[in-house]
Amino acid sequence: MKTLVIADHDNGVLKPETSKTINAALKLGFAVDVLIAGENLAPMSEEVASIAGVNGVLVADNSEYAHQLAENIADLVLSLAPEYSHLVASATTTGKNFMPRVAALLDVAQISEIIDVVDGDTFKRPIYAGNAIATVKSLDSKKVITVRASSFDLQGEQTAADITAIDAVFSSQLSSFVSVEQTESERPELTAAQVVISGGRGMQNGENFSLLHGIADKLGAAIGASRAAVDAGFVPNDMQVGQTGKIVAPNLYIAVGISGAIQHLAGMKDSKVIVAINKDPDAPIFQVADYGLVADLFDVLPELESAL
Amino acid sequence: MKVLVPIKRVIDYNVKARVKADNSDVDLTNVKMAMNPFCEIAIEEAIRLKEAGIATEVVAVTIGAKASQEQLRTALALGADKAIHIETDEKLESLHVAKLLAKIVEQEAPELVILGKQSIDSDNNQTGQMLAALTGRGQGTFASNVDVANGTVNVTREVDGGLQTVALKLPAVVTTDLRLNEPRYASLPNIMKAKRKPLDVIAADSLGVDLTPRISVVEVHEPAKRSGGIIVDDVAQLVDLLKTQAKVI
Ligand SMILES: Cc1cc2nc3c(=O)[nH]c(=O)nc-3n(C[C@H](O)[C@H](O)[C@H](O)COP(=O)(O)OP(=O)(O)OC[C@H]3O[C@@H](n4cnc5c(N)ncnc54)[C@H](O)[C@@H]3O)c2cc1C
Ligand SMILES: Nc1ncnc2c1ncn2[C@@H]1O[C@H](COP(=O)(O)O)[C@@H](O)[C@H]1O
Repeated sequence: MKTLVIADHDNGVLKPETSKTINAALKLGFAVDVLIAGENLAPMSEEVASIAGVNGVLVADNSEYAHQLAENIADLVLSLAPEYSHLVASATTTGKNFMPRVAALLDVAQISEIIDVVDGDTFKRPIYAGNAIATVKSLDSKKVITVRASSFDLQGEQTAADITAIDAVFSSQLSSFVSVEQTESERPELTAAQVVISGGRGMQNGENFSLLHGIADKLGAAIGASRAAVDAGFVPNDMQVGQTGKIVAPNLYIAVGISGAIQHLAGMKDSKVIVAINKDPDAPIFQVADYGLVADLFDVLPELESAL
Repeated sequence: MKVLVPIKRVIDYNVKARVKADNSDVDLTNVKMAMNPFCEIAIEEAIRLKEAGIATEVVAVTIGAKASQEQLRTALALGADKAIHIETDEKLESLHVAKLLAKIVEQEAPELVILGKQSIDSDNNQTGQMLAALTGRGQGTFASNVDVANGTVNVTREVDGGLQTVALKLPAVVTTDLRLNEPRYASLPNIMKAKRKPLDVIAADSLGVDLTPRISVVEVHEPAKRSGGIIVDDVAQLVDLLKTQAKVI
């Protein structure tokens, strides 16, 4: 019994989800190897080898893997699968993309977005937008699992494990990379930040999100949004927090002009402390907020910025 | 070009699911059901491709109990040309669903299959990717734009860092994200017309797919409840409590 974790990164920076996913994988109770597939991976391989608990690192460094095309990554993982009883990836958009493909090719079910490991076969995962938690047992001999990273801690460091190069190159030709529009931000990543401040439809437009910037600067916060704010074009899609967006669990989550629909709550209700600012005292967001402020956001945001 | 759209009957997205007292599952008795919202987006995209003269036929398919024919009728009312109901009373896993859909793909030979990215009940986000793998097709998941031209489909994908565009050779599989389109409502005349459109029923166990469960549900319980909070008077009190009581700033 042995576990393979597939690392998530952008060829330059290792995603913090990877370390948390390794933490989850170690709870399975078996040795954990990590696969990094991408391009120009030398510095990152060292970083992964130094994550506490990693047994060995497999590096598939080839331009065919540079854009994480699901078809190629899945075939690569499939080629390594015979050695492993558990295959584990973060439930990021990358992991969600290729892992079900791996599962189908292995003819096993996938257990999506686990939040807890009961034992090597049994896991907890949220269903129905987090309104229920299912304990599920995999009956397959091989397990394919994605991990909700926000439910696990970061791993510490160790002296570097062995690094092995994987030379096999899979190039399915079924898909090819065309372009990427990367959202540039100086702020911490939503899923890694200790503080998140999110704006909703109540922000009225994209310019008004600047009211959140000063506060985010002072708190070292990431900025998120509700679906309504993304749909209206106030902010880019990768800022959406919720059931079908990003899942966050920071120390402090501040929801501004967000009503608190179940789909939004699904993405943030495991935050340690929740603050809600909303002018409607009946907004459902107040039911999960530790501290609620019933007020017009345009009055209180400038006040909040100067009070910090 | 034929487009196949798998749709699923699920709890209405406005309804908060409740857990059964015996912790065996979620209680769906007398709960309002609807088409999975991501499947509505998939149907809409297929119909737009037809309206644009790119698709020639839109086929909706669902796997589920008899009641899911309601959602197939909705798909027909929205503009699908024909519907296939793969009937089963079992609660199937995504792998099973993907295998049954692969049989329909074999029969119907669609050049494009458009699925939702995720069912809002199981929150699995697997079926499209599995179907793509089982049928040896390329996949464009979490689509916010779909462009079909010259035997290729360009799919813009909502990813964690922004937007990625990939080109897939047809035939291919696409899964929808929220920003792909805004689904229309069915008009009354179209709802009436839909009653006369073809709806084929196939028994799930006649398709030669092994439907033995791969996952057993041990129990389903409610998530931890958050204890009630307080309403503060003003910003000064909020900042003070965050510093002294919550100690998070
Ligand atoms: C399939 C599906 C998936 C979804 N996934 C997600 C998801 O991942 N994430 C998500 O967020 N949503 C998601 N949604 C959408 C969700 O159902 C809600 O529609 C959405 O969260 C509402 O966003 P909102 O709270 O910003 O807007 P609204 O519900 O319109 O709320 C705006 C709030 O702002 C307040 N407000 C207005 N003006 C002011 C002011 N001046 N000062 C203070 N307060 C003010 C109002 O009182 C109101 O409460 C999904 C929906 C579906 C169907
Ligand atoms: N029982 C089903 N019948 C038809 N299509 C389904 C079914 N289950 C899932 N799908 C399709 O697969 C998508 C993703 O579902 P899932 O992988 O379960 O999250 C849905 O949006 C549907 O398009």
